[in-house]
Amino acid sequence: MEFWHFSEQSMHPAWDKIDGPTKVLVDNAHCDPQTAHELYNRYLDEWMVADRLGFNIMVNEHHASANCMSASCLLTLAILARQTSKARLLCLGVPITNRTDPYRVAEELAMIDSISGGRLEIGLVKASPFELALSNQSPARIMDRYWEAHDFVVKALTHKGGPFSWEGEFYNYRNVNVWPRPVQQPMPPMWITASGASTGRRIAQLGYVCATFFNGAGTRPLFDAYKEEYRNTHGKPAAIDRFAYLAIMVCGRTEKEVQERVAKVKPYLEVQPRTPKGWINPPGYESVELNATALRMGKTGRINFGLPPNPSLAEMADGGIMFAGTPDQLYDQMSRFSDKVGGIGHMLMLGQAGYLSHDETVDSLTLFSEQVAPRLRAYAKAKNAEMSDAA
Amino acid sequence: MFRTAFPEKIDVAGASIELLTKGEGSPILFLHAGHGVDADDALVERLARDHKVIVPSHPGFGASSRPVGVTGVDDICHVYLDLIEALDLRDLIVVGVSFGAWIAAELATMGTGRISRLVLIDAVGVKVSDRETRDIKDIFATTVEDIPGLFFHDPEKGKASFGGFDFKNMTDAEVTRFVRNRESLLLFGWSPTLYNPKLLGRLHRVKVPVLLLWGADDKVVGVDYGRRYAAAFLDARFEVIEGAGHYGYLEQPDAFAARIDTFLAA
Repeated sequence: MEFWHFSEQSMHPAWDKIDGPTKVLVDNAHCDPQTAHELYNRYLDEWMVADRLGFNIMVNEHHASANCMSASCLLTLAILARQTSKARLLCLGVPITNRTDPYRVAEELAMIDSISGGRLEIGLVKASPFELALSNQSPARIMDRYWEAHDFVVKALTHKGGPFSWEGEFYNYRNVNVWPRPVQQPMPPMWITASGASTGRRIAQLGYVCATFFNGAGTRPLFDAYKEEYRNTHGKPAAIDRFAYLAIMVCGRTEKEVQERVAKVKPYLEVQPRTPKGWINPPGYESVELNATALRMGKTGRINFGLPPNPSLAEMADGGIMFAGTPDQLYDQMSRFSDKVGGIGHMLMLGQAGYLSHDETVDSLTLFSEQVAPRLRAYAKAKNAEMSDAA
Repeated sequence: MFRTAFPEKIDVAGASIELLTKGEGSPILFLHAGHGVDADDALVERLARDHKVIVPSHPGFGASSRPVGVTGVDDICHVYLDLIEALDLRDLIVVGVSFGAWIAAELATMGTGRISRLVLIDAVGVKVSDRETRDIKDIFATTVEDIPGLFFHDPEKGKASFGGFDFKNMTDAEVTRFVRNRESLLLFGWSPTLYNPKLLGRLHRVKVPVLLLWGADDKVVGVDYGRRYAAAFLDARFEVIEGAGHYGYLEQPDAFAARIDTFLAA
């Protein structure tokens, strides 16, 4: 099992001053420039610590958000490409239906892979529905645009032999010629996020890593669909390293310490989903069938986290939202959850969230790396063998 | 305004268009608003007393197909140019509401000699103010629950026009029409939001008399916008109807019909 330290680079000191939405419409007066400067550097420091502790690194991006100040995951990765030495560097992801220029995306990816000496892992995601308000890209036909951008980025990164032209439905280029070429040939490993089985099958056909976020009970059907499709397409079972899961991780020496840290992290669960109502699910972002079913069932927005009120630590771990505990507890929670969903090869861990301080974050990561990671690696090795035998 | 399917189908320009035809007399092509139109629409009923009213669902709306290449209002216009020829409509009155009025205005600039009169009701489609002043409410930033208050003078009438938003007790087909209409409206109107930056400068190409009718309480496109829209035509009259919102023709169908009758009789 590989472990990825992830942080949303939040502007948490502003949270208690913000009523209503924490994104899209929230006044940037809440983003104090000096505080932002200090926090960006703190979060980068934490990734450098994670690198030294043997973690890999995951970064994301959001826009106009008090929960995530990373306006470009590739900017963050570009810094870390130079400032870290061992960690794999995962952008999960580049929102290619938000970015208007996939050629530029391909160039930036190639530069990061080159500077980092071949440590880049490429995650291509569509875009958060509410951020289409900011990028001004249309929610309608978003998946058609996604796949054209994906196909373009793959060709741009792998193409040799002089320029090619691209005259697609959404993108038009007369002279595509990416310099530099990635260190990892033919191209860096690819990841796509999914929550439902149909996307999972498409990822399986491509053989990419299938990552899912806070997906809880939806994870098993997703991974099962991926496995079935992977075997049909590639004629062999999918290894455990094709499956990635993202949740919050908090580690402490004692239950008391764990509780103190969880109390600081928990506001994230309340702050993160606060989206302006009109942008939760703009028309076109989801399929007509899905939206019609949701209306008939009386649902008006996407459900975030799906936890009961005041969830216990056990409920949060079983629901795949937060793994929090002493090292022994964390091993149990994560291995049990991995068993439940059919095997996780990459644990993507929100290792800093909410008000968890720098020292606490570093301590939590250190404890995890020393006392949990080795045991989970051994677990995953056995699990992988079991997966290929069972298949 | 979206629940009923239409009885006829016609294949034009690669699209299968569902169609409703009512009444006898000189033809009216009725181009519906973004949320659709019902078979028992009161304004259509009124107009059908003296006219043959032809009501298509736009490509991508209702049960009309949307060919892959139809992604802009100009594409819809090309489908309708074919439709007008296929039905051999002449001396045609085109009545459009909101998004349908945008289509009607574009269509009239395209130089078909078959159109004789144009009626635009609470139209979108043009940009009149400066780059930092939005003329048209960003309806895509709103929720389903916002519809009655935003599109109607009287929210209760608005709710009634949408079946009380009682989706749980509607059929799959009805809910699918509602969802599909919203998605297609966004596809055609996302950005620039519900206008064509070039249309205002093309409206002088419309050589036929134009009537613009506006709800006094239109919260999507205000009365001032309507007045400036009207001023870009060579021969237009502009009339405001009290007690009416953006979808005021649903609230005051008789008042709108009476203004149209007078205009057509002139």
